[in-house]
Amino acid sequence: MPEAPAGTLYRGREGMWSWVAHRVTGFLIFFFLLVHVLDTALVRVSPEAYNAVIGTYKNPVMGLGELGLVAAIVFHAFNGIRVMLVDFWKNGPRYQRVMLWVVVGLFVVTMAGFAPRHLMNVFGGH
Amino acid sequence: MTATTEARSPIPAPRSPRNRRTTRTNYELYGWVFMRASGVLLLVLIFGHLFMNLIDGDGISAIDFGFVAGKWASPLWQVWDLLMLWLAMIHGTNGVRTIINDYAERTGTRVVLKSALYLAFTVTVVLGTLVIFTFDPCPPGSPADLLPSFCTA
Ligand code: HEM
Ligand code: HEM
Repeated sequence: MPEAPAGTLYRGREGMWSWVAHRVTGFLIFFFLLVHVLDTALVRVSPEAYNAVIGTYKNPVMGLGELGLVAAIVFHAFNGIRVMLVDFWKNGPRYQRVMLWVVVGLFVVTMAGFAPRHLMNVFGGH
Repeated sequence: MTATTEARSPIPAPRSPRNRRTTRTNYELYGWVFMRASGVLLLVLIFGHLFMNLIDGDGISAIDFGFVAGKWASPLWQVWDLLMLWLAMIHGTNGVRTIINDYAERTGTRVVLKSALYLAFTVTVVLGTLVIFTFDPCPPGSPADLLPSFCTA
């Protein structure tokens, strides 16, 4: 492995930041998934155990966490499609920057649809 | 731009032949293709999962043991979750492996981190698979109001 030069100053533009965000979101989702399979496994322990743990997912703090998780997935998924288009579509590299703004636009629209719905379920006092 | 400056530079001239360490396999290429193919499938699987569990009906506030039992009574959601589990775990593990290769510079550190990664992969995939296949929607001795309605029928 090459030695990383100390004090690197990256000067990448949007392309670099979208790559950083893709990496960070993928990493976070992976660790969520490890925990998520464990909490789902509680259905094999007892209905009481499962309901107790899943009950904590319904409090407002966790509700905001779920919003963050969904935001991470939505960005990673849309940007992942952009990465594939850059790789496989012949005009992909030319439009990579435009496509990033399309990703951001779709992200905003999706979250604007999802967030109110989810917050109503979390704060709606069911 | 003289030959002397070039000779002193530690950076090899462009297009000079690299000392490539051939691995004799195409595993990194297969991984690259898999990340893309699985990504497309995961988009459908995960968005479907999130729709069913967070948006449809009362969203997260409707999730409890009975909800899971109702879903896993159908082979569709069993297969759905099984595929999602395996694809997301292989995709995520391969992605995190890349990240470890990028940032962990010492061989020892890489070995330790990757061993932990593969252990987490194995435990999670085995556990998740067993849970789907051994799930019992009507465990004996549990209060009926926690169970799906078809248990008493
Ligand atoms: C906050 C958002 C989420 C909630 C509330 C949620 C809820 C659930 C529930 C109730 C189950 C039980 C079975 C079912 O309903 O199909 C489940 C299983 C599962 N979920 Fe999620 N989920 C969420 C996000 C995710 C994400 C983002 C992923 C993928 C990265 C995921 C992957 C899985 C997998 C693989 C299983 C099957 C687990 C097993 O085999 O034991 N979930 N989830
Ligand atoms: C929702 C659908 C998804 C799509 C469309 C998608 C797409 C992609 C693509 C195309 C790559 C390769 C990027 C590259 O080679 O530059 C990638 C990398 C990655 N993905 Fe996903 N992915 C999805 C879901 C997930 C999930 C559920 C996880 C976690 C369990 C995850 C974790 C990762 C990680 C850790 C990387 C490596 C990032 C890097 O090397 O910088 N992804 N994803």
